[in-house]
Amino acid sequence: MTGLSRELAKLATGIVGFDQISNGGIPKERSTLLSGTAGSGKTVMALQFLLAGVRDFGENGVFVTFEEAPSDLMQNVRSFGWDLEGLLASKKIAVVDATPEPGEETITAGAYDLSALLARIENAIRSVGAKRVILDAIGALFPQLTDGNIVRRELHRIAAGLRRLGVTTLVTMERTTEEGGVGRWGVEEFVADNVILLRNRLEQEKRRRTVEILKFRGASHHKGEYPFTIDTEDGVTIIPLSAIELKQKSSDIRVSSGIAELDKMCGGGMYRDSIILVSGATGTDADGRSVCKGGDRGGRAGAPLWSGGEPGAADP
Amino acid sequence: MTRFKLRLFITGRTSQSQRALENLRILCDAELRGLYEVEVIDVLEHPALAENEKILATPTLVKRLPEPVRKIIGDLSDREKVLLGLDLEHLDKGARK
Repeated sequence: MTGLSRELAKLATGIVGFDQISNGGIPKERSTLLSGTAGSGKTVMALQFLLAGVRDFGENGVFVTFEEAPSDLMQNVRSFGWDLEGLLASKKIAVVDATPEPGEETITAGAYDLSALLARIENAIRSVGAKRVILDAIGALFPQLTDGNIVRRELHRIAAGLRRLGVTTLVTMERTTEEGGVGRWGVEEFVADNVILLRNRLEQEKRRRTVEILKFRGASHHKGEYPFTIDTEDGVTIIPLSAIELKQKSSDIRVSSGIAELDKMCGGGMYRDSIILVSGATGTDADGRSVCKGGDRGGRAGAPLWSGGEPGAADP
Repeated sequence: MTRFKLRLFITGRTSQSQRALENLRILCDAELRGLYEVEVIDVLEHPALAENEKILATPTLVKRLPEPVRKIIGDLSDREKVLLGLDLEHLDKGARK
């Protein structure tokens, strides 16, 4: 015993911005629930977690899909330039297809458990040496089986099994509203330790996506909602606002404004890479054309000029 | 003549697996004597077969023939449901009369 309260280890997700708001990623070797309404970006974010593992950390992954056929899922994210088929072929990822067989009837005749599903997931993990697992749309398991209590109990067992194997799991789950309960079917109970919420609200006719880390048991994180975008270049990008830190160093190299007197007033010219606001009332030449001209003479723009303020014009 | 091609998926030698095997044996002996073929597959030993057939729960009895293919989940203790799943519900009615 060290006597120190030590924080649980985290696994960097590789999702831009997420590792900042989560102080380093999702809890390592645990299950984390990713809940959100339809179209809130759960599956994209989960697949990105898997993909970033392979691409940035050399960690292989398994995805277990309960709703969408694996081929459809892989097709859907091809627009992001994500080649999941290629990763599947090169044994970087493995797939477990737990989607219902269309048109197939199932009859229940006695006691059962989901040992077969767990065995299939374990087999997939072993086959590629996976470190990351996603269980996508786990709610779709419930209509497939008649007894919700058994499903909940078994999911609990699967989460425990995954923990034993030392993999870090992201579980996606649909919720029906942006507020209120975390998910349907009482699933939050089995991965209640770590919950992330995605929201996709319509505000003034604009879609506003946010991510909120509701809780990480035994681990710190930033609180509240952070906006994020999904685009075809980078997939999910979270904008960590208050968690943003400026890492670039400021320059101490001076750039001449082109006006000797002004350089003198600035103590030797403007700092390179700085942003300078030139402000003045209408007619005072605040657009600073002469300054720009001078600055360009060196062959490169040293400091961008931001001219636009006309404070005098706004005054009565 | 083999009319019924069945596959029973189990996981290891659990009591649930044993019950399913026993229930299936009794039912086949009583109702399908000489008409059936059963393959027992342990998912722990052959996970790829479970993957192919998309088995989630165990025990699961798969009726491969006659069509339609159907999955009967559970330890097969509910005889009425098993007969329904095998399209043999008339046998159950007969038994009750």
